[in-house]
Amino acid sequence: MTYGIKLHVWGDYACFTRPEMKVERVSYDVMPPSAARGILEAIHWKPAVRWVIDRIHVLKPIRFENIRRNEVGAKVSDRNARAAERSGDLSSLGIDVTAERQQRAMLALRNVSYGIEAHFEMTPKAGPEDNPGKHREMFLRRAAKGQCFHRPCLGVREFAADFETVETFPETALPPGSRDLGWMLYDIDYTHGRRSMFFHAQMQDGVIDVAAAAREGLTA
Amino acid sequence: MTAVTNRYDFVLFFDVENGNPNGDPDAGNLPRMDPETSQGLVTDVSLKRKLRNYVAEAKGDEAGYAIYMQDGAVLNRQHAKAYEAEGLKSESKKKPKKVEDAERITTWMCTNFWDIRTFGAVMTTEVNAGQVRGPVQMTFARSAEPIMPLEVSITRSSVTNEKDVEKERTMGRKHIVPYGLYRAHGFINANLAGRTGFSEDDLALLWAGFRDMFEHDRSAARGMMAARRLIAFRHDSALGNAQAHKLFDRVTVQRAYKGETLPIGDDRTHNWPVARAFTDYAVLLDDAALPEGITVVEPF
Repeated sequence: MTYGIKLHVWGDYACFTRPEMKVERVSYDVMPPSAARGILEAIHWKPAVRWVIDRIHVLKPIRFENIRRNEVGAKVSDRNARAAERSGDLSSLGIDVTAERQQRAMLALRNVSYGIEAHFEMTPKAGPEDNPGKHREMFLRRAAKGQCFHRPCLGVREFAADFETVETFPETALPPGSRDLGWMLYDIDYTHGRRSMFFHAQMQDGVIDVAAAAREGLTA
Repeated sequence: MTAVTNRYDFVLFFDVENGNPNGDPDAGNLPRMDPETSQGLVTDVSLKRKLRNYVAEAKGDEAGYAIYMQDGAVLNRQHAKAYEAEGLKSESKKKPKKVEDAERITTWMCTNFWDIRTFGAVMTTEVNAGQVRGPVQMTFARSAEPIMPLEVSITRSSVTNEKDVEKERTMGRKHIVPYGLYRAHGFINANLAGRTGFSEDDLALLWAGFRDMFEHDRSAARGMMAARRLIAFRHDSALGNAQAHKLFDRVTVQRAYKGETLPIGDDRTHNWPVARAFTDYAVLLDDAALPEGITVVEPF
């Protein structure tokens, strides 16, 4: 038995970075299942449940826009942080943004709108007080009120997502027909050392049947 | 200090007069523009840079308000290199893999650095995906109407190199936006505020930063920039009481001319002169019948 939900999400920009092109980020054509899962988890998630994406509806034409920004190429250093904590002196910490500057382009999606069809499964972490009805109601109640644990985003945090629960998704603006989107990231497998799983994405009349593709098999 | 326990969604208005609010490195430093609509853009990171600089100026060396992503100008690390070397000597080669240990360091970083507490940071210290998500999230700012960047050629009555002495002067270019009113959206997340310790004091500093950050960012390129209005929707709860996009829809910008206001793009505004000042716009807030649990806060 499944406990399905439908969520309509949209925004001005989106960037679902392709893992093979992430220095100068290039987005996938559409939202991958892992990003959809992240959006649902931003609204409601508990260790007792696991979201599974069934279908992704692409409601607007796929268009791209190029954005170049100054970024830094460094991360907060663990060693320096520990050393500073011990000595109590902050001046050795910090990233000099002019020295670490990198100009990177991003090929982002423009003006996107998606329908997410998903359900959740109970995990072994579910306690006696957890039941599917409760979690489904919590999700729907939150989504209907616009509540979220943290603001969901379309791939990266600067592209915030608007969302709404719906009975049926708006009409897709894509032309009918099938389109092969190639191999796409399905999700990261955290039980096997953060291994990436891929699926062959086929879009039929604007709908990607993720569940069917996953049944056919994922490739690591 | 208590962490912020209310969700906020806010709209920031700022304007530019004869300046370049945010250059596009892909377009020879022309003001950023949306190629489809010709609206001007200012990236989230550009605004966050100004906030960091403001806090660095306002708080100086005060404990708990250090800035991690330092601008070259405020950098003070040279004399500290010795310290760093000293501290690292006692470091064992193997990092402790204990979860509590990593969390301790992350908490310590959040306590000391305002920008990590506010915007988050990718830290190798944290166990879960190696990053701290900060409570404050911003989106690209966009101008109310299409902008019309101007290229202004300027001369300098000297030359850089000896071999160019015959030329006597060099020419340069500046790109300016004669006028643009920009609107940015932002979110403050109470759940993440609790995790990083983003407090009510930090929030007050953030509002003050939005108000004054352009006052400390004067330069030849920027022209006159000013924060004009900040409208924040305060939710009674941490999760929120209404959908953000519906709250944002309550804030609209209209053109104003001789006491009359009309929506942007209205046919009747076609023979109006183009906007060149904030008074050519009206920022309207529909605060009638706000959803339950929502209060409007206007820091300025």
